Amino acid sequence: MALTTAPGATRRTGPVAPTPSRTAGRRAGLGRKVRDNLTGHTFLIGAVACFAVFSWYPMVRGVVMSFQRTRRGETTWVGWDNYSRIIADPSFWTAWKNTFVFTGLALVLGYLVPFFVAILLNELRHAKGYLRVLVYLPVMLPPASALFLFKFYAYDPSEAGLFNAILTALGLPTSEWMQSPTMTMPAMVIASTWMNMGGAVLIYLAALQNIPGELYEAAEIDGAGLWRRILHVTVPQTRLILALLAMLQIVATMQLFIEPLILANGAGTQDSATSVAYLIYQHGFFQNDLNGAAALGVIMLVVLAGFSAVYLRLTARQD
Amino acid sequence: MAADLTTRTLVSHAQLRRGRGRVLYWIVLSVVVAGFTLVFLGPLYWMVTGALKSGQEIAQTPPTLFPRDPQPGNYVDAWTNLDLAKLLFNTFYYATGAVLFQLVLDTAAAYALSKLRPVLGKLILGMMLATLMIPAMVLIVPQYVTVIDLPIVHVNLLDSPFAIWLPLVANAFNIFLLKRFFDSIPEDLMAAAVMDGASPLRTLWSIVLPMSRPILGVVAIFAVTAVWKDFLWPKLVMPSPETRTVSVGIYAFAGGTPMNVVIAASVIAAIPTVVLFLIFQRNIMSGLTTGGLKG
Repeated sequence: MALTTAPGATRRTGPVAPTPSRTAGRRAGLGRKVRDNLTGHTFLIGAVACFAVFSWYPMVRGVVMSFQRTRRGETTWVGWDNYSRIIADPSFWTAWKNTFVFTGLALVLGYLVPFFVAILLNELRHAKGYLRVLVYLPVMLPPASALFLFKFYAYDPSEAGLFNAILTALGLPTSEWMQSPTMTMPAMVIASTWMNMGGAVLIYLAALQNIPGELYEAAEIDGAGLWRRILHVTVPQTRLILALLAMLQIVATMQLFIEPLILANGAGTQDSATSVAYLIYQHGFFQNDLNGAAALGVIMLVVLAGFSAVYLRLTARQD
Repeated sequence: MAADLTTRTLVSHAQLRRGRGRVLYWIVLSVVVAGFTLVFLGPLYWMVTGALKSGQEIAQTPPTLFPRDPQPGNYVDAWTNLDLAKLLFNTFYYATGAVLFQLVLDTAAAYALSKLRPVLGKLILGMMLATLMIPAMVLIVPQYVTVIDLPIVHVNLLDSPFAIWLPLVANAFNIFLLKRFFDSIPEDLMAAAVMDGASPLRTLWSIVLPMSRPILGVVAIFAVTAVWKDFLWPKLVMPSPETRTVSVGIYAFAGGTPMNVVIAASVIAAIPTVVLFLIFQRNIMSGLTTGGLKG
């Protein structure tokens, strides 16, 4: 996604004839240059102000806040107190464990499934548009709407629930879903994957269409079967997209929030649904502990930065 | 699609047109079409018809496939009890404003970064793109603290639509998308306009923007869906019942409302984005795949 590859940028560094605006600028000298720059910054100012106030400043403020404590309008520096308080929260380690379990399960389900779905869709010559629309449809639902559907109809723990009715019809044992601590995570992963996989499928599909057909041809002539063609042609040819989406998926699933909030009313049975993001929300907006919440946010940032570093290291070595 | 017939994929076409391959292909196709319809459309069918069932029928084992005694009253209850008209209007209002603010400010910024290139432009672009790395949850607390007491001017934006509009302008993905598109507009065109004495604003308005309609459409559609789908941020910055978005409103009522009515409300809340998708599916899908995740 490097911007230096954009055609405009490369053209600019090439030996092109100076544009009229530039010759004019040189003639009119410094005044003109200042005026051009001023115009440019005028166009930028609105967006830059929004970035500054709602993105750059909060970034710094979050770190600063995590070392402060505000009580009755008075802010003092407290060192690492917020961090030790948040780590001492009995839910802290559970929340991290749950978040990692969710991220792991979502990676297995929400990452491999879209890839194979995309491979399958890429082979079909009929009903292409219809299937693509179907896969992407859940992405367009408001998550709250979709999750109420799961909560009330699909994960109804009685036998009247949709999933339990299907399991009964298949002669399988039913489940308590969100009321069972062991099923809470898989149930949230299923709901989340259903809601979100459409985007990944479409991105994979676009990547698959860029694979040169000769590679498959050659592999087949060499006697490679279907599975070996996937493993030795499809996967290597899409590995950059695969790596990028893995990274994006990890960052997205680590922020697990609305699924526990709606499906499990926040913490879930025996704390089985509490996520790190939910803990941030709890501390910040219910326990009147914005500073502790900011500290937890910083911890989360550090963990995600760790994942990004691993990702960069891995992709850099491949090239 | 003629182009698809010439490109070869995992399985060759010849193989799929002969004897066993052909039979197998049609079996796989039917299974996929039936399976996908069941998996992706089934739950939506269940949702729409489930909301038509009575409380008694919904608790019945095994569940009924068609509502035996349809209760459209559930939808009416949802509409009136939750004041959905108000909630939908709020969400629509926030979405419209978000589109306008993003289109005006992000387009202007991307144009400046792509064509006017003032000093420090590269640094500013880099700092904008860096925000893509920061997960939203990490910023939620300091952003909230900022919004309830804006730096310097000390204004509280709670319950003001600006609390939704302005943070959405800080969208590096938009800037990236727009800048990349503007970069592909030939320099000569711009030079000709400048020669004719057109100001930068004039050039943007009469040359760049008309050429950029597809990308502006993508940005607008993504802005609408982002506002419609967002939950935590509007929940935090729009605390009073009069200013809530539709998702937050339904969530707030979910506790004390019969579940069929909650589902009926969820169906109504989902209609606008689904309709938007069905109309603009081509733009949405191409925007998603060509939009920037390709390199």
